[in-house]
Amino acid sequence: MVRVIKAGILSSIQDMGRMGYQNLGIPYSGAMDAKAALMANAVLGNKSNDAILEMTMTGDTLKFECETLICLTGAFMSPKLNQKSIVNNKVVEVRSGDVLSFGALKTGFRTYLAVKGGFQSEKVLGSRSMYSGITDTFKLKKGAQLSLNSYAKGSGIKYAGVKVNDSYFNSQTIRVYKGPEFYLLSEAQQHKLMSHVFTISKHNNRMAYQLNELLDNSLDQIITSPVLPGTVQLTPSGNLIVLMRDCQTTGGYPRVLQLTEAAINTLAQKYTGQTIQFL
Amino acid sequence: MSNFLLTFKSFGENAVLIEWPKEIDETILKDVLHFKSKIEASLGTDVKEVRSAYQSLLVVYDRAINHTKCIPRLKQIYGENFGSKLTMCSKLWRIPVCYEDCFGIDLERIAKLNNLSKEAIIHLHAKPVYTVFFLGFLPGFLYLGGLDAKLHTPRNAQPRLHVEKGAVAIGGKQTGVYPNKSPGGWNIIGNTPITFFSPKSKAPCFASAGDRIQFYPVLFEEYSKIKELVETDAFSLENEVWNG
Repeated sequence: MVRVIKAGILSSIQDMGRMGYQNLGIPYSGAMDAKAALMANAVLGNKSNDAILEMTMTGDTLKFECETLICLTGAFMSPKLNQKSIVNNKVVEVRSGDVLSFGALKTGFRTYLAVKGGFQSEKVLGSRSMYSGITDTFKLKKGAQLSLNSYAKGSGIKYAGVKVNDSYFNSQTIRVYKGPEFYLLSEAQQHKLMSHVFTISKHNNRMAYQLNELLDNSLDQIITSPVLPGTVQLTPSGNLIVLMRDCQTTGGYPRVLQLTEAAINTLAQKYTGQTIQFL
Repeated sequence: MSNFLLTFKSFGENAVLIEWPKEIDETILKDVLHFKSKIEASLGTDVKEVRSAYQSLLVVYDRAINHTKCIPRLKQIYGENFGSKLTMCSKLWRIPVCYEDCFGIDLERIAKLNNLSKEAIIHLHAKPVYTVFFLGFLPGFLYLGGLDAKLHTPRNAQPRLHVEKGAVAIGGKQTGVYPNKSPGGWNIIGNTPITFFSPKSKAPCFASAGDRIQFYPVLFEEYSKIKELVETDAFSLENEVWNG
């Protein structure tokens, strides 16, 4: 068991998402930076779909009430175990009574905490990913308890860390494919979309990232059609909206670009005021 | 069947978008759902999901694909004749709605805008058999076709922050039911005690694309009775096989 002593701004349990229910209008959800989440599980020898804790901008203070192994990946939030600094991307042994806390955010925006065997939280429709209206809670609150299976380490085992290249956090380049409605844009619009630098607006969350700069738009809405995480929509007022993991299943705005999976992970580590360029 | 001119587009690294002519039409819906069944019957576990909308299908694979191989295979499946191997079964669901003033908070507005009496609005809304084109927007939200043109009403300029679960509403040319409490800009004309989305049950939503919906008016007393039964899981929703 892990007890939440202090909750961060937005922390939630996630796995690789809720698959196969999109025809009912249910979003995928799942870890925003799937690469970092997979890494955390891989370091511990977990299954790739084991549930991890995703922390946004600020970390939680967590008290462990059992023995286990943990691994932190993604954003570096100056983590401490019992007030002693620890690092990301390494196996860390935790004993019952240990307190994990976080300090200043140094790189990235989302940190992942994996525990040996994964968090054993409520599973709804095949997934532990929290989502409002589907799971009982959609974010961690103070006092919450997270179940996990305790894991006693073998004596004398040395754990290897992994060298992780976090440079994808800092990449301004967001790799894209043309979206289904890209061809409806004028040459000038296409050029602007692919050459300008765009700033992430304060409206960014697990559902979508809006961009500040507008793209003059004369396109009509489309007949409502499927959208995916990574779809870039263009609204009638010229707003660009990059859909993320919790996005709706269908939309009525032209889909001008589609991010690569890797680009979704990169964007998930960015925050308000940072800039991106589509390539 | 299977004689529409379709376009096949790559949609990111692991999906193909298939589009029918840009129309909202029942013949197209039938073909979309037929092709969806054919794809599901033909392709293996490397397909993560096949999602339908008015005039499009999205085929999502579980990894990056070679579109120049996948698209010809999909075209081939479209042309294949499955004969009686695929059974498409649609249902008609009868949904009780209480249109009384305590729920129908925008009936007055629609009445004024469309120059109709409240009774006429209720009559026109409960008369048609609506087609479920697909589910989207919110988990368990049905996109319904078939609203009487006399009831077409623009959305509220200022969306409400909270629309009650079960609210039955009209937005533009569409009508629908809010499956859960949520923000929303549609005009609310009533409320249904029926649950449209229950994530913890095996079939989280009773309806699926291609089904039909008909609303019938109930008084507040009956609404309350049904609601009580729904909450204790003792209400069985009326339905019949639809061969329209």
